[in-house]
Amino acid sequence: MNRNARTAVSVGMLAVGMLALGYASVPLYRIFCQVTGFNGTTQRVDEAQAATVIPTGKQISIRFDGNVDPDLPWNFRPEQTTDRVTIGARDMAVFLAKNTSDHPVTGVASFNVEPEYTGKYFNKIQCFCFSEQTLQPGEEVRMPVLYYVDPELLKDDDAKAVEQITLSYTFHRKVEEGS
Amino acid sequence: MATTADTFQAHAEPHDHDHDHDHKPAFFARWFMSTNHKDIGTMYLIFAIFAGVIGGAISGIMRLELAEPGIQYLQWWANFLGGKEATFDEALHLWNVLITAHGLIMVFFLVMPAVIGGFGNWFVPLMIGAPDMAFPRMNNISFWLTVAGFISLMASSLVPGGTGQGAGVGWTVYAPLSTYGSQGPAMDFAIFSLHLAGAGSILGAINFITTIFNMRAPGMTLHKMPLFVWSVLVTAFLLLLALPVLAAAITMLLTDRNFGTTFFDPAGGGDPVLYQHLFWFFGHPEVYIMILPAFGIISQIIATFSKKPVFGYLGMAYAMVAIGVVGFIVWAHHMYTTGLSVDTKMYFTAATMVIAVPTGVKIFSWIATMWGGSLEFKSPMVWAIGFIFLFTVGGVTGVVLANGGVDDNLHDTYYVVAHFHYVLSLGAVTALFAGFYYWFPKMSGRMHSEFLSHLQFWVFFVGVNLIFFPMHFLGLQGMPRRYPDYTAAYAHWNEVATFGYQIMAVSVGLFFLNVIYAFTMGRKAEGNYWGEGATTLEWTLSSPPPFHQYETLPVIEDKGHH
Repeated sequence: MNRNARTAVSVGMLAVGMLALGYASVPLYRIFCQVTGFNGTTQRVDEAQAATVIPTGKQISIRFDGNVDPDLPWNFRPEQTTDRVTIGARDMAVFLAKNTSDHPVTGVASFNVEPEYTGKYFNKIQCFCFSEQTLQPGEEVRMPVLYYVDPELLKDDDAKAVEQITLSYTFHRKVEEGS
Repeated sequence: MATTADTFQAHAEPHDHDHDHDHKPAFFARWFMSTNHKDIGTMYLIFAIFAGVIGGAISGIMRLELAEPGIQYLQWWANFLGGKEATFDEALHLWNVLITAHGLIMVFFLVMPAVIGGFGNWFVPLMIGAPDMAFPRMNNISFWLTVAGFISLMASSLVPGGTGQGAGVGWTVYAPLSTYGSQGPAMDFAIFSLHLAGAGSILGAINFITTIFNMRAPGMTLHKMPLFVWSVLVTAFLLLLALPVLAAAITMLLTDRNFGTTFFDPAGGGDPVLYQHLFWFFGHPEVYIMILPAFGIISQIIATFSKKPVFGYLGMAYAMVAIGVVGFIVWAHHMYTTGLSVDTKMYFTAATMVIAVPTGVKIFSWIATMWGGSLEFKSPMVWAIGFIFLFTVGGVTGVVLANGGVDDNLHDTYYVVAHFHYVLSLGAVTALFAGFYYWFPKMSGRMHSEFLSHLQFWVFFVGVNLIFFPMHFLGLQGMPRRYPDYTAAYAHWNEVATFGYQIMAVSVGLFFLNVIYAFTMGRKAEGNYWGEGATTLEWTLSSPPPFHQYETLPVIEDKGHH
């Protein structure tokens, strides 16, 4: 291989590497969001971790929002729109979902919180959004979320002044693989 | 710069009729199977001018519509272009198609082909003393891929794109508007157009890097290369690192649209904001891809007409490297309103402002080059000084917009439109005209009219400032970009801007007049028609240079100064 071809191949590899990095960014971005709470990504914790948290005396308001993609024939809303919770104490919120069509429909929920930088302090122990949900025709269900707000929030300069966190869910029709 | 013409007496004297190195192939083989860097450069320039006229005409349609509040002409255009009575929504969609086409054409089919494909192909080999590019056939492929990309973009306007004909998504092609928001093949054609143009540019970048690294004449070390060559080298690396990321992002769009993937669809666990990150990781280096070669052109011109080497040569070269490197870590300043945390905004604000430092080095070095120089205000010099002024205005508003807090208010207003047109439309395009008048006689062998060139400069300068300066006011008053209509409060400055467009259009007419003048009545150009200030290697050759140059490689002697 002559000198020109060697140079061309090595810089060509650089371009291919950047293409690969472009694709690698998809899982990397997801992991980044999960780890840092970027884009208001809420955190997922197990019972053991949740048990170690000590409730503080401070309270914070949580607003609940539930909506659906236009192509999903469901009604979906929170049972109560706001709640006051003690920071560090676990609380349960309930969402109501009803399939208004005449056939079974499977939905998946996407979720985040506002302000987005409170995502890393919003911990879910159990959530209907962890798995997909199938509703039979006309079926109505209560969907619970078990969560708490991490007391670390009070040490964050950006987040400590936040008075209300909005937890929002959007249900989407499950995308069939390869369709 | 140490590269001096007097060290190399070219074999190609102005009246060289040696058929061994000046034998040209027949028409079809010469222009359609071209492997000659000068011919390919010429084709790139003609293509860029052609595309630029179309992109400029589109902005004319937009400025006409924006001349007064309300919607006056859009419906007519929608009926005319669609060939049938269009609905109001289709007319509004046409507006989106126009802004998309204007942006993509100007970026991918005017500025990039002109500065990199045109001037880069013509003058990088000449300036480093190389007989041609490293891969002449690949060079030809690059050009025709770019043309195919342009045809694909034009074809997109003829097929359905959702609400109406054509792709109406803006040059940023944001998901979900570009995925399930734009049903129909127009969007696919537009995406494919970017693939083709991107592939052409990546191949071109590989070609330039190989040429510059391996084919410099004896004695032409990296630190003796003319600054234009440096600028193309840095640009080529930016292309190589940024374009594949765009390719990945738009390929994901394509599979999201057609093959059921959900990279940017929340229903399948995707995130549309990821598209914005990928796009701007490409998009910010892209603006330096457009402006760095312009910096290179300006450096050559300022040095030539100051009859001095450029002030701070190494600083100038490495300022471009620094701009290129930092350009990759500031992308989220285009995304301040996507909900970034204060800390993230602080980082991107600071990183963005850092770019003002190497850019300032360049501005002040150009001024320092002129300082105490034996200035000669030939037309390229006037255009170059105009560039410095206009680019600096755009740079200053860039520093304003770099502030996350300020941008929350100005995001997607006409202030942003004013800013990027000052650096690109006025900056890069002014540099294109500067480079054109600097090198046109070298490329064509005919002198243009200095009078017409000066006249064009002043008409252009007045016109573009009238178009874009009022947009700062409109933006500060909150006029959003990308709408065909606005409230009456914005009427005055919009009217002024449209008036400015008409003046600018006259200057483009003067440009074509000048080219016609040169080819019909222009004097024959000498080898070095700018005289003693023009010291780079292309001035040692005849005008136009022989079909094949440097059969005996020039030797650059070390004069021990820069």
